[in-house]
Amino acid sequence: MLIPHPLLGLRDAQEFSYLGDATLIDRPAAPAPDAAAPAGAPSGAPPDDEPGPPGATDLAAVEAAFCDYVFLRDNPAGVHRELWYHEQGDRSWLVVTRDTVTHEILGAELARDVALARRAGDGAPAMPGQGPDREGQA
Amino acid sequence: MHFSGFRVLKEALSGHKGWKPLWRDPQPQPAYDIVIVGGGGHGLATAFYLAKTFKQSRIAVLEKGWLGSGNIGRNTTIIRSNYLLPGNEPFYEFSMKLWEGLEQETNFNSMVSQRGIINLFHSDAQGHAFRRRANAMMLAGADARLLDRDALRGMLPYLNYDNARFPIRGGLMQPRGGTARHDGVAWGYARGADRHGVDVIQNCEVTGFRIDGGAVRGVETTRGYIGAGKVGVAVAGASGRVMAMAGLRLPIESHVLQAFVSEGLKPVIDNVVTYGAGHFYISQSDKGGLVFGGDLDGYNSYAQRGNLPVVEDVLEGGMSLMPMIGRARLLRSWGGIMDMSMDGSPIIDRTPVEGLYFNGGWCYGGFKATPASGFAFAHLLATGRPHETATAYRLDRFARGYPIDERGAGAQPNLH
Amino acid sequence: MTRYSGGLIDRSREITFRFDGRSYRGHPGDTLASALLANGVRLMGRSFKYHRPRGVLSAGSEEPNALVELREGARQEPNTRATMAELYDGLVARSQNRVGSLSFDALAVNDLLAPVFAAGFYYKTFMWPRTFWEKLYEPMIRRAAGLGSLSGLPDPDAYDRGYLHCDLLVIGGGAAGLAAALTAGRSGARVILADEDFRLGGRLLAESDPLDDAPAADWVARTEAELRTMPNVRILPRTTVFGVYDHGIYGAVERVADHLPVPDDRVRQTLWRITARRSVLAAGATERHIPFADNDRPGIMLAGAMRAYANRWAASPGIARDAPVAIFTNNDDGHRTARDLIARGARVAGVIDTRPKAAQTTAYEVFAGGLVTGTRGRLGLRSIRVVHDGRERWIDCAALGVSGGWNPVVHLASHHRGRPVWDQDIQSFVPGQGGPQGLVPAGACAGRGSTAAALADGARAAQSALTEIGIGSAAPDLPRAEDAPVRQAAFWHVAGKGRAWVDFQNDVTVKDIALAHKENMRPVEHLKRWTTLGMATDQGKTSNVTALAVMAELTGRTIPETGTTIFRPPYTGVSLSVLGGGATGPDFRPTRLTPTHAWARAQGAVFTEVGQWMRAQYFPRAGETHWRHSVDREARAVRSDVGLCDVTTLGKIDVQGRDAGLFLDRIYANTIATLKVGRVRYGLMLREDGFLYDDGTCARLAEDRYVVTTTTANAGLVYRNMEFARQCLWPDLDVQLISTTDAWAQIAVAGPKSRALLERIVDGADLSNDAFPFMACRELTVCGGLRARLFRISFSGELAYEIAVPARYGHALMQRLVEQGADLGVTPYGTEALAVLRIEKGHAAGAELNGQTTAAMIGLGRMVSRKKDAIGAIMSRREGLAADTRRLIGLQPVTPGQSVSAGAHLFARGAPQDTAHDQGWITSACHSPHLGHSIGLGFLEQGHTRMDEVIVAANPVAGETVELRVVSAQFIDPEGGRLRD
Repeated sequence: MLIPHPLLGLRDAQEFSYLGDATLIDRPAAPAPDAAAPAGAPSGAPPDDEPGPPGATDLAAVEAAFCDYVFLRDNPAGVHRELWYHEQGDRSWLVVTRDTVTHEILGAELARDVALARRAGDGAPAMPGQGPDREGQA
Repeated sequence: MHFSGFRVLKEALSGHKGWKPLWRDPQPQPAYDIVIVGGGGHGLATAFYLAKTFKQSRIAVLEKGWLGSGNIGRNTTIIRSNYLLPGNEPFYEFSMKLWEGLEQETNFNSMVSQRGIINLFHSDAQGHAFRRRANAMMLAGADARLLDRDALRGMLPYLNYDNARFPIRGGLMQPRGGTARHDGVAWGYARGADRHGVDVIQNCEVTGFRIDGGAVRGVETTRGYIGAGKVGVAVAGASGRVMAMAGLRLPIESHVLQAFVSEGLKPVIDNVVTYGAGHFYISQSDKGGLVFGGDLDGYNSYAQRGNLPVVEDVLEGGMSLMPMIGRARLLRSWGGIMDMSMDGSPIIDRTPVEGLYFNGGWCYGGFKATPASGFAFAHLLATGRPHETATAYRLDRFARGYPIDERGAGAQPNLH
Repeated sequence: MTRYSGGLIDRSREITFRFDGRSYRGHPGDTLASALLANGVRLMGRSFKYHRPRGVLSAGSEEPNALVELREGARQEPNTRATMAELYDGLVARSQNRVGSLSFDALAVNDLLAPVFAAGFYYKTFMWPRTFWEKLYEPMIRRAAGLGSLSGLPDPDAYDRGYLHCDLLVIGGGAAGLAAALTAGRSGARVILADEDFRLGGRLLAESDPLDDAPAADWVARTEAELRTMPNVRILPRTTVFGVYDHGIYGAVERVADHLPVPDDRVRQTLWRITARRSVLAAGATERHIPFADNDRPGIMLAGAMRAYANRWAASPGIARDAPVAIFTNNDDGHRTARDLIARGARVAGVIDTRPKAAQTTAYEVFAGGLVTGTRGRLGLRSIRVVHDGRERWIDCAALGVSGGWNPVVHLASHHRGRPVWDQDIQSFVPGQGGPQGLVPAGACAGRGSTAAALADGARAAQSALTEIGIGSAAPDLPRAEDAPVRQAAFWHVAGKGRAWVDFQNDVTVKDIALAHKENMRPVEHLKRWTTLGMATDQGKTSNVTALAVMAELTGRTIPETGTTIFRPPYTGVSLSVLGGGATGPDFRPTRLTPTHAWARAQGAVFTEVGQWMRAQYFPRAGETHWRHSVDREARAVRSDVGLCDVTTLGKIDVQGRDAGLFLDRIYANTIATLKVGRVRYGLMLREDGFLYDDGTCARLAEDRYVVTTTTANAGLVYRNMEFARQCLWPDLDVQLISTTDAWAQIAVAGPKSRALLERIVDGADLSNDAFPFMACRELTVCGGLRARLFRISFSGELAYEIAVPARYGHALMQRLVEQGADLGVTPYGTEALAVLRIEKGHAAGAELNGQTTAAMIGLGRMVSRKKDAIGAIMSRREGLAADTRRLIGLQPVTPGQSVSAGAHLFARGAPQDTAHDQGWITSACHSPHLGHSIGLGFLEQGHTRMDEVIVAANPVAGETVELRVVSAQFIDPEGGRLRD
């Protein structure tokens, strides 16, 4: 397979490692002090007196969200947005849009750009019209 | 019709006029007590044991293509019970015991061949891990032997002992492991199920589930609606697609695994050999072809074909391990779609939909599990309780934190 | 000899070869098959199941019958198609799959048992008694099965792998392929033209039809000459494109030296991975035969093959030039063979044409509406039975050409599982939709099989493919060529009583298909698997379509309703050597050497593989006769004096940026952000599923600069995960990463005298305990200005440091430390002593951190902070992980002298030894030179509450059971005083 690296052009897939569904970008927010910090304005170091763990109800919801995130997959037969790592190259993580039935590749983006777009709150796939809707997970 | 050597002789002398169809081609009935979705090895075995052992009736197996067209029809035919973890080993050993009586049970020669499987190791650490595993096998009632380099040299003289990147230090052998004729397994179960009254229906694709009040009532198919008291899904490779129709997401990704067979050769490899330092495993079929495989291609796929880098990697492993196979030629390669689960182990369980049961996530190890998987799934469908050897294969084990992770690779399917 | 005149062989040279021990002569340009035929040899092989005598069927790579073992010794190559083996001087071949001689094969007894061995019989018998399968039946079947044999010796030849790129790949160098290559070549496009034959031309070489009134070979030669002048065109003869992979990647094998007695300084074959923007598939067509009773005798071959042997190789198909030859055909092509043979001087005994209205001619007798219904001749055809006009007669002939029409070679076009479609006009499958992207079928393989049509179609295909990628081209002037319409009739087999072979090699007859039908094995895949039809080395090229037609007739359905047939790579057999020829033996995986490797080798170190790395395992000294002597000495030296160990292989990751601390806080389960500059902290990383992933140290060198170390095994993976976290999870953090594993040589300096030794090389730094305490780190210089990093960390439990210098100074640093430490008893130690030291200290390593372990299991559960989010933090709290009560413990034998064995399972005393009562296992064990007995680490249920309990270690695979005492995992200095001194 050949992967159209957004910076480096067509590269052999052998240069890449595969991780899986691009939803792995959408790690659930955990109830920790830094998770509450506004995006794009991280603090240099956490405060010395960290707050304690959140309440049990929160935790159950967070755990459930993590279980979905870590273990469950749409696993579509068709268009799939997925994470590839250019390990033998520039070490970029890419979001590649690929058809799992034909292996046709419809596009590739820098995963960092996708993640930043998510942070910015638009929640939409960076390639309009491609990839399943993942609203509400940003 | 009972199959036997006598029967074969009799037919030979009378011009083969007496043979009957191996199974019927029944029309689907409006409803069944139990509908099994998937006419592969696991689905057919489930139907067989449901009818024969658990005395259930009004059973149908629905197969979208020809029966045995899934992974039972394209695998490397290895049977073994050489697992480490207590969630797995008793189940696979139960499967091995069922293999050992399979032909008498189904009256069909599936050519179960207990020629021994040998997993090679290449470091002390690997050797220790294999010792732990060998002991786990024996503690579960299976057989295991650890072979040192000299013993291996006597048994597998053709391996590369002297010029290898990862020298062979020894091997874990399970003498009762081996191979079985994969198509013959499907056919034996199909014929057996048919003889016990199961409707095995080919060219009948399930296109939807009818779910009412949280309970399954039947399935929509390309041949019309079929009502069902219970529905058991055993469609490894297509699990995600089928269960999505019931609104369920699974801890499974579909990956392609390539396998290979060489042109026919006179006997040269007597056992099943797996290479612990590369991704390579091999045996020789009774017909003479070297049957071998290696690692997953690594990306999600439903394409039933892989790519060249893995072909090369598999053969580099093969040539590194046994350079004497080099002058043979590759005859065929193919790709099978694997249900790769998040911990590398399968699922046999109820689902949140009442009456809907799921059997899948077999990764690339489903073939050897066929008898026990069918038996355990039949047990669950018939009694409502998991079989004693399959109690760990629960769908909620991921959420609850009880993975059965033989490789210790975590929730990344392509690493299992 | 049975040579005609002419042909494309070099008659100026004669070469000798041997087949089954007999010597023969041929010419350059011959194949083994053509040369054998020219020597009057018809019997070339035996079939798979019934061991029937067989001759050559085809003149190409689809050959199912004439398979031989080529060459001798380690180069012996089973199942070589005689039709593809290019003759060379001294060629040696043997027939195969026989017991006895080729003409008297003891296993031919199987043929007498054929009624028993009907399709699927294996599945119905050999079941009693159960144990006889492995002992008797299977060995018997295996011995009789198989085809040729391997030598059992390693392949002595060399192989290569290469990568090619082009605009247009042309697959096949016949009429269509040459026209395509010419069109594309003249356009300036980068072109690769590959053909499996050693000579370009394809069927043009086999036919007598002229091109522009001259022999076709002239045009082929001119075209090839022109292509060879083009720098943008690469011609690969003897090259089989065997598979189409994703995104325009094609696998091809060039047989570089298979036409030579030995490759000498060349590689034998090259595996090419060709990336083509577009391709033209010009693979031609293969002729199909017509099953009739006893249609498998040596001398019966495809009519087109007969023509090829006569025209290209001037070889008569019979046992003598003037031996009578007959033709059985259902189309015009058979007549073409008759005409060509007569032109060569052969005697044609008749053409039996199934078509009642077949045209008559004066040149030979035509049996219009006739059928061949039987044959005679055990080892070679003697006569055929012809039914014509209601009469039956026997006609003597030494060869029979059979033409059932032509099948387009759709193989590669179906590699992406696109199904061929049925073309009713030519009664053939042609490539359908869903073929590989960018692949354009042309010529006979697309069903356009006249020479003129193939030429024009090749040019057209090249033009349209090039247009798609923006390259303009013009159709070349193509020669005038025959343009007979392709008419193929739906006549598939001759019904009758005898056995009529459909699949020659696997001995599948029309009756077997009928039996499969009767037993309801009707889907094509069931038919194939039940009867083994199409599973032979020709992959069904000569049998599948015919079998489909027979099954269609039995079911009363059309052929396309009955099924299609698709193919998978490889197109023809590819040697395993060339597929695996890239990196094998010692080069199977990259080998990484530490900076002190050469130094260690000079010290006589024994090395071991650790992942890709080679590491010194131990350093034997004179007089040490067992590895344990060396290892014990090395470990003792660390405990008493000072030892040196290269630990460069541990992963090193530089983490920099304003948010580096925050980032690492999310990577590590324990808190890192509070780490002060100049300090090191031990850290645990979890996987997102909450299990332990890796451990190592994190050193803060500056406010915004950290160095993370990982285990050797996980160096690349931890870096990958950290990049994932940086780019995908927290892209808004200001943090940068770089792996510096290979940039720094790192040496552990361990033991009570390590400070004394380091003080001798460090440039003016104060290493006193106050100035540089346990878990301190700093950047400094050593040996007079060499920049270095010093970490006071300990794996052994002793006062210890790790010192890092730029990798190229690693060797020199090691030498300097050894020189400077001579009076301190400095001792290099390897991975074995390292392991002993860490087991004595109770440090978890690979055996404990195997991916199935929680932090709590190694006694570090409290390190997992509950006050912050980090990878794996949430999932580590799941019920199952929290409920795991196995804990790391130390173990020592109750009875002195007994050993602790890694891999043994742990049981309470008196408990049954089975899975249900299994309480844990021993992860690591060694002889402790410090304690003077065997010790081990293990995981045990509630282990931390069971100190001093005596338990049982069961090692049934070794037949051992040992009683062990549960002790602290820290066998030495549990208070940790030594490493803090």
